[in-house]
Amino acid sequence: MSAPGYLSAVLLGVLGTAGGLAGMLGWTWQLGLHEALPAGGLRLAMDPLSGLFVALVAATAVPTSLAGLEYARRDGRGWLVYLGFVGAMIAVPLAANALTFLLAWELMSLASYSLVLHRGRSDESVRAAWVYAVMTHAGLGFLLTGMLLLGAWTGSLAFADWRAAAPMLTPTARGVAFALLALGFAAKAGAIPLHVWLPLAHPAAPSHVSALMSGVMIKLGIYGLLRAGLDWLGGGPAWWGVAVMLAGAVSALVGVLYALVDHDLKRLLAFHSIENVGIILIGLGAGMTFRAAARPDLAVLGVAAALYHTVNHAAFKSLLFLAAGAVLHSTGTRNMEHLGGLISRMPWTAAAFLVGSVAIAGLPPLNGFVSEWLTFQALLHSLTVPRAGLNLAFAAAMAALALTAGLALACFVKAFGITFLALPRSPAAAQARESGRPVRGAMGLLVLACGALGLGPTLIVPALAQVAVPLVGAPAPPALGGGLTLRLSGDFASLSTPVVAVALALGVALPLAGLGLAGVGRRRRISETWGCGRLVQTARMEYTATAFANPFKRVFDFFYRPVRQLDIEVHPESRLFVRRIAYENPIRPLFEEWLYRPALGVLHRSARRLQAIQSGSANAYLLYILGALLALLVLR
Amino acid sequence: MESLLAGLLQAALAAAAAPLLTGVLRTLKARLVGRRGPSVLQPYADLRKLLGKEPVISPTTSWIFRVTPWLLASTSLVAALLVPLVFTRPTLVPAGNIILVMSLFMLATFFLALAGLDAGSAFGGLGASRSVALAALAEPTVILAVFALAIRAGTSDLGGIIERLAAEPAQAVAPGHLLALAAFFIVMLAETGRLPVDNPATHLELTMIHEAMVLEYSGHYLALVEWASAMKFLLFLALLANLFFPFGVPASLAPGPLILGVAALAAKLAGLVVALALIETAVAKLRLFRVPELLAGSFALGVVSVTSAFVLP
Repeated sequence: MSAPGYLSAVLLGVLGTAGGLAGMLGWTWQLGLHEALPAGGLRLAMDPLSGLFVALVAATAVPTSLAGLEYARRDGRGWLVYLGFVGAMIAVPLAANALTFLLAWELMSLASYSLVLHRGRSDESVRAAWVYAVMTHAGLGFLLTGMLLLGAWTGSLAFADWRAAAPMLTPTARGVAFALLALGFAAKAGAIPLHVWLPLAHPAAPSHVSALMSGVMIKLGIYGLLRAGLDWLGGGPAWWGVAVMLAGAVSALVGVLYALVDHDLKRLLAFHSIENVGIILIGLGAGMTFRAAARPDLAVLGVAAALYHTVNHAAFKSLLFLAAGAVLHSTGTRNMEHLGGLISRMPWTAAAFLVGSVAIAGLPPLNGFVSEWLTFQALLHSLTVPRAGLNLAFAAAMAALALTAGLALACFVKAFGITFLALPRSPAAAQARESGRPVRGAMGLLVLACGALGLGPTLIVPALAQVAVPLVGAPAPPALGGGLTLRLSGDFASLSTPVVAVALALGVALPLAGLGLAGVGRRRRISETWGCGRLVQTARMEYTATAFANPFKRVFDFFYRPVRQLDIEVHPESRLFVRRIAYENPIRPLFEEWLYRPALGVLHRSARRLQAIQSGSANAYLLYILGALLALLVLR
Repeated sequence: MESLLAGLLQAALAAAAAPLLTGVLRTLKARLVGRRGPSVLQPYADLRKLLGKEPVISPTTSWIFRVTPWLLASTSLVAALLVPLVFTRPTLVPAGNIILVMSLFMLATFFLALAGLDAGSAFGGLGASRSVALAALAEPTVILAVFALAIRAGTSDLGGIIERLAAEPAQAVAPGHLLALAAFFIVMLAETGRLPVDNPATHLELTMIHEAMVLEYSGHYLALVEWASAMKFLLFLALLANLFFPFGVPASLAPGPLILGVAALAAKLAGLVVALALIETAVAKLRLFRVPELLAGSFALGVVSVTSAFVLP
């Protein structure tokens, strides 16, 4: 029964992609359903921004559903929830009033919650699902408050009415509404410090669901921010943009720093989602700031960079999660310290993970590089806005982005090198088998997407700029070059990834041919890795992920605050004979200790105080209700 | 067509001259400590020897190990087409700017570090871990330092930066410019594996970074790796020379100015090599875990240079 379920998800994905792309190109429509329901009933509407996100969700769902098809052979449950999850994510960007939006949003959250819990009854997944449920509903609380306030102030719950009424609201009201909505959406996007659920929930879900959650579900938080900040409220003062940009800078850096010292393959990828959401927020914040500074031409650039990175991240992150899922299915572990040598046993998965790594590390000529380049250029353009305060924020974002790129590179050397190269570190890794055709096909599709998104910026950036133009109130998209070369602001900057790709290929081919013709490298000898004279090479001689990350732990120890625990057990006869050494060097989670623990403490204490009125007797509760009713009647 | 030819010529020139630069530095350092030292042409002889030898490959390695040297060669050749060496408008300049150049070097770092892990020896892992730790701090700094210049010049195009800064010599002593120069110089030492960050002359495992990472390479693979690191050295020195001392870099392709451009670059590189030889003779290698402090300092300098470029008139 599950195979048709996943096949229909693939079909839904293909149709959704087509519909979304049509929406981007101008096929706008509106649809009212059950308008008799309270609060305006269900209303859907398509505009270019909705179209982009519908296409993004649907296109990513195609490969993940293909992968689901393979995993469903082993475990047939969950396909209906999965289908609901995909459907809800397609409905969120189409919602045209608060009721529809919140229903779709909550359906998406509940479906993903149950998929996180799906894998079984282990304490880990129960805790992950619990934290996820709490955080996502805290976010929903912010959203609900913001939307109800907007509804009360504008007298309607339809987004079109908010759009029309927003200019009439006072600046304070708009600020409050933006802050509430932004907090709600940032919690879904996984921005720091609202990220705590993400590294727990994403690894706990089945891998094709993780790919969807990391690839597109958190992007709907970005969609919400775009809608709330630029569309419903129609832009705001510069501090909105600066706040978003700085939140992005912090998320990018903190995400990648946590990823560096985490050796659970899927959790590492989840932390990288936080990093990439940070990069997206930097571009989005830059766009919002430019808009506030009355430079819609530059705002288009910032928003387009954010949208580009959103699309790119969906491609390479779902690719990486599917590859990590293939590793998990084949070896039964996500712990990199037990993996290794998989490149010879799972060559397709290894190649796919390598492409994803190159893309996410922002290396040319793949897609991650292009959108990071565009984000950098958007930030650099702030030199044409002579406002020192804003420029400082841009400089900080630039520094954070540059450092993030460097650290992400190091992290993916670790992730790929330790997992796939050298000798296997456990019997499970030594007996790994390549995954089946559906998963390989899904990864192949995403590899192609990474390549196409990297080589086609001259087609994609103008299309995204077209989506951004109405959002930032620009009269027309800026000139962006054409042909093979993307040009920004005349000769300010240019990029041509196809030319770079061809040049790189020629740079490999010409020396290879030249030296080959000269007779170099005809003979080669196979001999063991040099090991200072030891006889047999074993996996225990390899560098571990912990050792690899150690320089970073030392450099950033002010952030990690690692604790060193060394426990040596010696023989009772003589302390010269060591029986066992246990060494641990865990890091201390900053946000949990400094933000969540005090907050939970306050919650617990106030709950205990409220215990006094919780007698458990129905009569007492009826009395409370009566009291509340009377109070309402009196206060009216 | 003419510019394509000139660009290829520039890349070929860089490819041919890179080992010479390394040779000159080695000989100079030897002379400074009172040794006669090898001939300045010794690196060419080394490359020739390595190209003729049969490589030894570990059965533990994968295709990553064998592809990486070729990819290193490719990234340095493409970078040589992008960096303005003897004239301001190299062939591929429309294809990208400093971010692309640095990303190409990062691509090379990425694959070289993977190759270090590929053989499964502790040396390779150690070198790879240290090398990416330094690169993660160093390469952002280069981007920031060049951004500081780009903000002053009003373009992020490398040739454009050189042309506009050359037109305003007073900029060369602006505080942002000097800070960026300091940041770039420190990072150049780290990125090209010079003292006090890495010691290119040692094979002592406690101190080495780059040499540990490439320990498993031999034969023509090692020749390619060595040549690529010589290229990286040349390109970093040339970037420093042309961006921070942007004089005598012709914008036109006429033979006269072009010869002048080659001579100017050679003179600037010679000056930098003498300075480097003096520094390398005078300072000792830093303890490994002091190096990040140095790099963090240069990153901070980079940030300050960008902010001052924004804020100061």
